[in-house]
Amino acid sequence: MKYSLASLFAGLVFGFGLIVSGMANPEKVLGFLDIAGLWDPSLAFVMGGAILVGVLAFAVARKRTLSFLGFNMKLPGHTHIDKRLVLGGLMFGVGWGIAGFCPGPGLVALGAGETKAAVFVTAMVAGMAIFEVIERNRAKA
Amino acid sequence: MIEIAWSNFTPWSALVGGILIGLAAASFLLLNGRIAGISGILGGLLSPARGDIAWRVAFLAGLIGAPAVWLLATELPAIEIKAGYPALIIAGLFVGIGTRYGSGCTSGHGVCGLSRLSLRSLAATLSFMGAGFFTVYIIRHLLGV
Repeated sequence: MKYSLASLFAGLVFGFGLIVSGMANPEKVLGFLDIAGLWDPSLAFVMGGAILVGVLAFAVARKRTLSFLGFNMKLPGHTHIDKRLVLGGLMFGVGWGIAGFCPGPGLVALGAGETKAAVFVTAMVAGMAIFEVIERNRAKA
Repeated sequence: MIEIAWSNFTPWSALVGGILIGLAAASFLLLNGRIAGISGILGGLLSPARGDIAWRVAFLAGLIGAPAVWLLATELPAIEIKAGYPALIIAGLFVGIGTRYGSGCTSGHGVCGLSRLSLRSLAATLSFMGAGFFTVYIIRHLLGV
Protein backbone atom coordinates (compact mmCIF):
# COMPACT_ATOMS: atom_id res chain seq x y z
CA MET A 1 0.00 0.00 0.00
CA LYS A 2 2.79 2.41 0.98
CA TYR A 3 4.61 1.29 -2.16
CA SER A 4 1.66 2.10 -4.41
CA LEU A 5 0.98 5.44 -2.70
CA ALA A 6 4.59 6.49 -3.21
CA SER A 7 4.26 5.39 -6.85
CA LEU A 8 1.09 7.43 -7.29
CA PHE A 9 2.81 10.47 -5.77
CA ALA A 10 5.87 10.08 -8.00
CA GLY A 11 3.71 9.67 -11.11
CA LEU A 12 1.70 12.77 -10.25
CA VAL A 13 4.76 14.95 -9.62
CA PHE A 14 6.35 13.59 -12.79
CA GLY A 15 3.22 14.62 -14.68
CA PHE A 16 3.28 18.11 -13.16
CA GLY A 17 6.92 18.41 -14.20
CA LEU A 18 6.07 17.51 -17.78
CA ILE A 19 3.22 20.06 -17.81
CA VAL A 20 5.26 22.90 -16.22
CA SER A 21 8.24 22.27 -18.49
CA GLY A 22 6.12 22.36 -21.64
CA MET A 23 7.23 18.85 -22.57
CA ALA A 24 3.65 17.55 -22.63
CA ASN A 25 3.39 19.60 -25.83
CA PRO A 26 4.87 17.66 -28.79
CA GLU A 27 5.35 20.84 -30.81
CA LYS A 28 7.73 22.10 -28.12
CA VAL A 29 9.69 18.83 -28.12
CA LEU A 30 9.95 18.97 -31.92
CA GLY A 31 11.23 22.55 -31.58
CA PHE A 32 14.16 21.05 -29.68
CA LEU A 33 14.71 18.21 -32.14
CA ASP A 34 14.64 20.62 -35.10
CA ILE A 35 18.22 21.74 -34.80
CA ALA A 36 18.38 22.90 -38.43
CA GLY A 37 15.32 25.15 -38.05
CA LEU A 38 14.65 27.73 -35.35
CA TRP A 39 15.96 25.82 -32.35
CA ASP A 40 14.23 25.84 -28.96
CA PRO A 41 16.79 24.61 -26.38
CA SER A 42 14.16 24.28 -23.60
CA LEU A 43 14.30 20.45 -23.48
CA ALA A 44 17.99 20.59 -22.58
CA PHE A 45 17.09 22.74 -19.57
CA VAL A 46 14.42 20.23 -18.54
CA MET A 47 16.97 17.41 -18.68
CA GLY A 48 19.51 19.57 -16.89
CA GLY A 49 17.13 20.41 -14.03
CA ALA A 50 16.03 16.80 -13.66
CA ILE A 51 19.57 15.43 -13.73
CA LEU A 52 20.74 18.02 -11.19
CA VAL A 53 18.26 16.62 -8.66
CA GLY A 54 18.78 13.06 -9.90
CA VAL A 55 22.54 13.07 -9.33
CA LEU A 56 22.00 14.04 -5.68
CA ALA A 57 19.30 11.39 -5.24
CA PHE A 58 21.46 8.63 -6.71
CA ALA A 59 24.41 9.69 -4.55
CA VAL A 60 22.18 9.05 -1.52
CA ALA A 61 20.62 5.88 -2.98
CA ARG A 62 23.96 4.30 -3.84
CA LYS A 63 24.90 4.07 -0.15
CA ARG A 64 21.68 2.32 0.85
CA THR A 65 20.50 -1.28 0.61
CA LEU A 66 16.96 -0.39 1.70
CA SER A 67 14.82 2.57 0.64
CA PHE A 68 13.49 5.09 3.18
CA LEU A 69 10.25 3.07 3.26
CA GLY A 70 12.25 -0.12 3.88
CA PHE A 71 12.04 -1.70 0.40
CA ASN A 72 14.96 -3.33 -1.41
CA MET A 73 16.83 -1.00 -3.75
CA LYS A 74 16.32 -2.28 -7.30
CA LEU A 75 18.91 -0.56 -9.43
CA PRO A 76 19.79 -1.77 -12.93
CA GLY A 77 22.78 -4.08 -13.03
CA HIS A 78 23.46 -4.14 -16.78
CA THR A 79 26.46 -2.19 -17.94
CA HIS A 80 27.13 -3.63 -21.40
CA ILE A 81 26.23 -1.66 -24.47
CA ASP A 82 24.82 -4.03 -27.06
CA LYS A 83 23.01 -4.03 -30.39
CA ARG A 84 19.59 -4.29 -28.75
CA LEU A 85 20.20 -1.17 -26.68
CA VAL A 86 21.41 0.94 -29.59
CA LEU A 87 18.95 -0.33 -32.22
CA GLY A 88 16.08 0.00 -29.74
CA GLY A 89 17.20 3.54 -28.93
CA LEU A 90 17.43 4.43 -32.62
CA MET A 91 13.98 3.02 -33.30
CA PHE A 92 12.51 4.92 -30.34
CA GLY A 93 14.22 8.11 -31.58
CA VAL A 94 12.63 7.79 -35.03
CA GLY A 95 9.18 7.46 -33.47
CA TRP A 96 9.93 10.37 -31.11
CA GLY A 97 10.94 12.52 -34.08
CA ILE A 98 7.83 11.64 -36.09
CA ALA A 99 5.26 12.75 -33.51
CA GLY A 100 7.20 14.59 -30.78
CA PHE A 101 5.88 12.17 -28.16
CA CYS A 102 7.88 9.95 -25.86
CA PRO A 103 6.02 7.69 -23.38
CA GLY A 104 5.58 10.13 -20.44
CA PRO A 105 4.27 13.12 -22.41
CA GLY A 106 2.03 10.77 -24.44
CA LEU A 107 0.36 9.57 -21.24
CA VAL A 108 0.01 13.11 -19.83
CA ALA A 109 -1.53 14.38 -23.08
CA LEU A 110 -3.88 11.38 -22.97
CA GLY A 111 -4.88 12.46 -19.45
CA ALA A 112 -5.52 15.96 -20.81
CA GLY A 113 -8.14 14.40 -23.08
CA GLU A 114 -6.32 14.69 -26.39
CA THR A 115 -7.75 12.19 -28.91
CA LYS A 116 -4.53 12.17 -30.90
CA ALA A 117 -2.57 11.28 -27.76
CA ALA A 118 -4.98 8.38 -27.17
CA VAL A 119 -4.18 7.09 -30.67
CA PHE A 120 -0.44 7.45 -30.05
CA VAL A 121 -0.63 5.69 -26.67
CA THR A 122 -2.74 2.85 -28.11
CA ALA A 123 -0.18 2.29 -30.88
CA MET A 124 2.65 2.51 -28.31
CA VAL A 125 1.07 -0.15 -26.10
CA ALA A 126 0.49 -2.28 -29.22
CA GLY A 127 4.21 -1.87 -30.02
CA MET A 128 5.12 -3.00 -26.51
CA ALA A 129 2.80 -6.00 -26.91
CA ILE A 130 4.50 -6.88 -30.23
CA PHE A 131 7.82 -6.80 -28.37
CA GLU A 132 6.45 -9.18 -25.72
CA VAL A 133 5.22 -11.65 -28.35
CA ILE A 134 8.56 -11.59 -30.21
CA GLU A 135 10.49 -12.06 -26.96
CA ARG A 136 8.31 -14.96 -25.82
CA ASN A 137 8.72 -16.73 -29.17
CA ARG A 138 12.45 -16.15 -29.01
CA ALA A 139 12.58 -17.63 -25.52
CA LYS A 140 10.73 -20.74 -26.74
CA ALA A 141 12.96 -21.23 -29.78
CA MET B 1 24.94 27.87 -37.55
CA ILE B 2 22.24 27.14 -35.02
CA GLU B 3 19.56 29.80 -34.78
CA ILE B 4 17.80 30.00 -31.43
CA ALA B 5 14.01 30.42 -31.39
CA TRP B 6 14.11 33.08 -28.66
CA SER B 7 10.35 33.61 -28.71
CA ASN B 8 9.72 29.91 -27.94
CA PHE B 9 12.62 29.38 -25.55
CA THR B 10 11.35 29.05 -21.96
CA PRO B 11 14.43 28.39 -19.82
CA TRP B 12 12.83 29.06 -16.42
CA SER B 13 9.70 26.96 -16.77
CA ALA B 14 11.85 24.27 -18.40
CA LEU B 15 14.24 24.30 -15.46
CA VAL B 16 11.46 24.31 -12.84
CA GLY B 17 9.62 21.52 -14.67
CA GLY B 18 12.87 19.60 -14.95
CA ILE B 19 13.48 19.95 -11.22
CA LEU B 20 9.96 18.61 -10.57
CA ILE B 21 10.70 15.63 -12.82
CA GLY B 22 13.95 15.13 -10.91
CA LEU B 23 12.08 15.27 -7.59
CA ALA B 24 9.58 12.70 -8.86
CA ALA B 25 12.39 10.37 -9.92
CA ALA B 26 14.22 11.05 -6.63
CA SER B 27 11.19 10.28 -4.46
CA PHE B 28 10.47 7.12 -6.42
CA LEU B 29 14.07 6.04 -6.02
CA LEU B 30 14.45 6.93 -2.35
CA LEU B 31 10.99 5.76 -1.21
CA ASN B 32 10.55 2.65 -3.37
CA GLY B 33 14.09 1.92 -4.45
CA ARG B 34 13.25 1.92 -8.13
CA ILE B 35 14.13 3.72 -11.34
CA ALA B 36 11.28 5.91 -12.63
CA GLY B 37 11.39 4.59 -16.17
CA ILE B 38 8.02 5.14 -17.77
CA SER B 39 8.32 2.71 -20.70
CA GLY B 40 9.44 -0.03 -18.31
CA ILE B 41 6.66 0.68 -15.82
CA LEU B 42 4.05 0.55 -18.58
CA GLY B 43 5.61 -2.33 -20.51
CA GLY B 44 5.86 -4.45 -17.36
CA LEU B 45 2.07 -4.55 -17.24
CA LEU B 46 2.07 -6.62 -20.43
CA SER B 47 3.80 -9.55 -18.72
CA PRO B 48 2.23 -9.11 -15.30
CA ALA B 49 3.64 -10.92 -12.29
CA ARG B 50 1.82 -11.34 -8.97
CA GLY B 51 2.36 -8.36 -6.65
CA ASP B 52 3.94 -6.38 -9.46
CA ILE B 53 0.83 -4.73 -10.87
CA ALA B 54 -0.67 -2.28 -8.34
CA TRP B 55 2.34 0.03 -8.04
CA ARG B 56 2.68 0.22 -11.83
CA VAL B 57 -0.98 1.13 -12.21
CA ALA B 58 -0.64 3.68 -9.36
CA PHE B 59 2.34 5.40 -11.00
CA LEU B 60 0.58 5.55 -14.38
CA ALA B 61 -2.62 6.80 -12.74
CA GLY B 62 -0.62 9.65 -11.19
CA LEU B 63 0.92 10.51 -14.54
CA ILE B 64 -2.32 10.31 -16.53
CA GLY B 65 -4.27 12.01 -13.72
CA ALA B 66 -1.82 14.92 -13.44
CA PRO B 67 -3.66 17.15 -15.97
CA ALA B 68 -6.98 16.66 -14.14
CA VAL B 69 -5.43 17.59 -10.79
CA TRP B 70 -3.66 20.53 -12.44
CA LEU B 71 -7.02 21.74 -13.82
CA LEU B 72 -8.34 22.11 -10.25
CA ALA B 73 -5.91 25.00 -9.81
CA THR B 74 -5.43 26.55 -13.22
CA GLU B 75 -5.66 26.09 -16.99
CA LEU B 76 -3.47 23.61 -18.82
CA PRO B 77 -0.85 24.98 -21.19
CA ALA B 78 -1.47 24.31 -24.88
CA ILE B 79 -0.83 20.83 -26.28
CA GLU B 80 -0.27 21.07 -30.05
CA ILE B 81 -0.20 17.74 -31.88
CA LYS B 82 0.44 18.43 -35.56
CA ALA B 83 1.14 14.84 -36.63
CA GLY B 84 -1.74 13.16 -38.48
CA TYR B 85 -3.27 9.85 -37.42
CA PRO B 86 -1.16 7.57 -39.66
CA ALA B 87 2.00 9.29 -38.41
CA LEU B 88 0.85 8.96 -34.79
CA ILE B 89 0.24 5.24 -35.25
CA ILE B 90 3.66 4.66 -36.83
CA ALA B 91 5.31 6.83 -34.16
CA GLY B 92 3.53 4.94 -31.37
CA LEU B 93 4.58 1.54 -32.73
CA PHE B 94 8.21 2.68 -33.08
CA VAL B 95 8.26 4.21 -29.59
CA GLY B 96 6.62 1.11 -28.08
CA ILE B 97 8.91 -1.46 -29.72
CA GLY B 98 12.04 0.71 -29.55
CA THR B 99 11.80 1.62 -25.88
CA ARG B 100 11.32 -2.02 -24.89
CA TYR B 101 14.22 -3.27 -27.03
CA GLY B 102 16.40 -0.44 -25.78
CA SER B 103 15.25 -1.04 -22.17
CA GLY B 104 14.17 2.53 -21.58
CA CYS B 105 13.09 5.94 -22.77
CA THR B 106 13.70 9.60 -21.96
CA SER B 107 12.90 9.04 -18.27
CA GLY B 108 14.71 5.77 -17.54
CA HIS B 109 17.82 6.33 -19.65
CA GLY B 110 17.70 10.10 -20.19
CA VAL B 111 16.91 11.33 -16.67
CA CYS B 112 17.65 8.42 -14.31
CA GLY B 113 20.44 6.75 -16.28
CA LEU B 114 22.39 9.93 -16.84
CA SER B 115 21.85 10.89 -13.19
CA ARG B 116 23.55 7.71 -12.09
CA LEU B 117 26.30 8.26 -14.66
CA SER B 118 25.55 5.03 -16.54
CA LEU B 119 27.50 4.70 -19.79
CA ARG B 120 24.87 2.28 -21.06
CA SER B 121 22.17 4.92 -20.59
CA LEU B 122 24.40 7.53 -22.19
CA ALA B 123 24.71 5.29 -25.26
CA ALA B 124 20.93 4.82 -25.32
CA THR B 125 20.29 8.56 -24.89
CA LEU B 126 22.72 9.45 -27.70
CA SER B 127 21.00 6.85 -29.90
CA PHE B 128 17.47 8.15 -29.43
CA MET B 129 18.43 11.83 -29.44
CA GLY B 130 20.52 11.33 -32.58
CA ALA B 131 17.69 9.46 -34.28
CA GLY B 132 15.24 12.15 -33.14
CA PHE B 133 17.34 14.98 -34.61
CA PHE B 134 17.86 13.01 -37.82
CA THR B 135 14.17 12.15 -38.21
CA VAL B 136 12.99 15.73 -37.69
CA TYR B 137 15.63 16.92 -40.15
CA ILE B 138 14.38 14.48 -42.78
CA ILE B 139 10.71 15.30 -42.19
CA ARG B 140 10.97 19.08 -41.93
CA HIS B 141 13.89 19.95 -44.17
CA LEU B 142 14.19 17.22 -46.79
CA LEU B 143 10.56 16.21 -47.18
CA GLY B 144 9.38 19.69 -46.18
CA VAL B 145 6.33 18.44 -44.26
